[in-house]
Amino acid sequence: MTTILQPDHATIPGVSKPVTSRAARRVHGLSDRTIAWLFVAPTIALLLAINIFPLIWMIRLSFTNLNLSMSYLPLRFVGLDNFRDILTDEDVWFRLQTTAQFVISSVALQVVVGFGLALLINRQFRGHSFWTTIILLPMMLSPAVVGNFWTLLLQPQIGPFNYLISLFTGAPPSSFSMTGQVALAPWTIVLVDTWMWAPYVMLICLAGLRSIPDYIYEAAEVDRASAWRQFWSITLPMTVPFLMLAVLFRAIENFKMFDMVNLLTSGGPGSTTELVSISLKRAAFEKWRTGYSSALAIILFVTVFGAANIYVKTLNKVKQR
Amino acid sequence: MRRLGWLRSTVASAVVATAALGALGGGEAAAQGKQLTLCWAAWDPANALVELGKDFTKQSGIEMKYEFVPWTSYADRFLNELNSHGKLCDLIIGDSQWIGGAAENKWYVKLNDFFDKEKISMDDFVPATVVGYSQWPKNTPNYWALPAMADAVGWTYRKDWFSRPEIQSAFKAKYGRDLAPPKTYDELKQIAEFFQGREIDGKKVYGAYIFTERGSEGITMGVTNVLYNYGFAYDNPKKAYQMQGIVNSADAAKGLEFYKELYKCCTAPGMTNAYMQEGLDAFKSGQVAMQMNWFAFFPGLYKDPNVGGDKIGFFVNPAGPKGHFTQLGGQGISVVATSEHKDDALAYIKWFAQPAVQQKWWQIGGYSALKAVVDAPDFPKSAAFAPQFLESMGIVKDFWAEPSYAQLLLDMQKRVHDYVVADKGTSQQALDLLVKDWTKVFKEQGKEVASSQ
Repeated sequence: MTTILQPDHATIPGVSKPVTSRAARRVHGLSDRTIAWLFVAPTIALLLAINIFPLIWMIRLSFTNLNLSMSYLPLRFVGLDNFRDILTDEDVWFRLQTTAQFVISSVALQVVVGFGLALLINRQFRGHSFWTTIILLPMMLSPAVVGNFWTLLLQPQIGPFNYLISLFTGAPPSSFSMTGQVALAPWTIVLVDTWMWAPYVMLICLAGLRSIPDYIYEAAEVDRASAWRQFWSITLPMTVPFLMLAVLFRAIENFKMFDMVNLLTSGGPGSTTELVSISLKRAAFEKWRTGYSSALAIILFVTVFGAANIYVKTLNKVKQR
Repeated sequence: MRRLGWLRSTVASAVVATAALGALGGGEAAAQGKQLTLCWAAWDPANALVELGKDFTKQSGIEMKYEFVPWTSYADRFLNELNSHGKLCDLIIGDSQWIGGAAENKWYVKLNDFFDKEKISMDDFVPATVVGYSQWPKNTPNYWALPAMADAVGWTYRKDWFSRPEIQSAFKAKYGRDLAPPKTYDELKQIAEFFQGREIDGKKVYGAYIFTERGSEGITMGVTNVLYNYGFAYDNPKKAYQMQGIVNSADAAKGLEFYKELYKCCTAPGMTNAYMQEGLDAFKSGQVAMQMNWFAFFPGLYKDPNVGGDKIGFFVNPAGPKGHFTQLGGQGISVVATSEHKDDALAYIKWFAQPAVQQKWWQIGGYSALKAVVDAPDFPKSAAFAPQFLESMGIVKDFWAEPSYAQLLLDMQKRVHDYVVADKGTSQQALDLLVKDWTKVFKEQGKEVASSQ
């Protein structure tokens, strides 16, 4: 039982009961709305301070020539110059293309692998829980850890990956470099990203598969529908909204992908795997082109936001069908 | 009542704990005036500096704290710190290329008055290190750092392999000359080709290790060793920032082509993104016959039980058809302008500049730039690599040290890596694009860039 300790007002000099009751009345007098605002205010203040204010500040900086490595130069308003420079720069378009290729390839592969794994895991078999845990392990690792250990696995002379490939192809293990060759490096980052994130897609798909009521399959079996027919007519259509959700999440994440690729290839060889996020980091924190990189960040934000909005509208339409 | 008792005892404990913490904090605050934080890269010489610093603490009572960051994030971390006017570092051993930005942005304390007062003369230091690490603008008597760690690119080779009779005779039979440390890049390439894929002690070995790293400065710090010797220069010596026809001259393009040939013919597989550490690993594991790397690592390599001692030899960066230079490395030590302990930091620099301290610095693994140390008659015999170091310091050239150096460096990283490792375009195209990039950077900086000589 909780005992509430009440101070004995009579024993506190200078404090009398009417004061306490006035205060209580004041608290009592707060409307629900005011109390709600009191609770929400700290969160809003925090959001404004660490999210909204930097965003507004960044928008302001994107119209300036600010370069932090030359902060002694006068800060000039340059209008839309940064945006024009970015949109007319061939290198930026090339990075965007590289990023788009990475996003499309890796998300497509993750959906196929993730969905396949979900179909397997959805069945009951011996060691089911064990294999589920094993499959989920990669996505629990930090991208920095994944980047580092895949760098070792892919090392042409000592890495086991090349030895594994040489078993199947007969090519000497040190005759190719997964992260160092122009033809292989883009696929390497797709492969590692898929290894890490296909389990995440699997989880989402699994939720979709488990949401399909059993009676639909039972009805299909009564109608003598084959397993293939059941897959095409029941399983796939009913998991499409979940798949689309997985695509949305993974596409947004991969558009921002930085850490793992930076550790695996540093954007190389040359600029072959230089995703737009790596370019942005280089412009902002290595070249210190603050104005330019703010403009690039805004362009990327608008791109992702716009694409995500269109996608969500499509997703809603699919759900309504 | 029990509750109140618990409350009282908790409050009492909290008060005692707060008081104790306060006392501790107060003690720390009292000691704070006598503690300096020195920022540098995490590498072998940094460990030597920690050892050396103990003498300073003994003499002055000032505790030394160190903030060492791996080379791959050294520039990012500390330039961010300086840019944001952070107070982490009182003293910083900053890279030579930072000096322009550090001076213009007033990140470092100007040391002229201090040098005059303490009778520290820059004439007592190796000229290349004074220009490279201390002066901004270059070749003017404006000092922002004391040369702290002299360094340049040099080469190590497997002396034991080079001296084997069967290898010597095979080499002579193939090239008609004795196998010896190369004097020119053509000789180096021949030797590298000779060793490439050769089996030594039952193990396949490779010709040479060269820098190819993409992310920070690696490939630039490697390729410039060849470019300088093929006629590349940063700008027209008579017309500042005039780069057209100089950066991208036909000779410079040949130099770049040579670096790519060397990379293709004679390096170990997978060395597509390799810098200092990968070179050390390759050499220590007995994988390569010759290794390009910074002199700073040579004391450690000489002590290595597997490849050091009699097994290792050193040579100066080979000459090319148009000259004989090598890439300057190394750093100067500066007082950070935002430090709250500037006087103590200056006391450290005064102590560090003493000849006896500089002598010890060299003996324990650092590289002194003080003439009294390096010009001493016994210096060449003081370490196996001392003569090569001395010769190298006389032929060094450095990358741009402009405030915009980071942009210039990243542009060169991109263009060179695109050509050498990713096989994109020709060497001439790579250098033409580099001129275009650099011109844009200088124009943004407000410099006048002439397009013709």
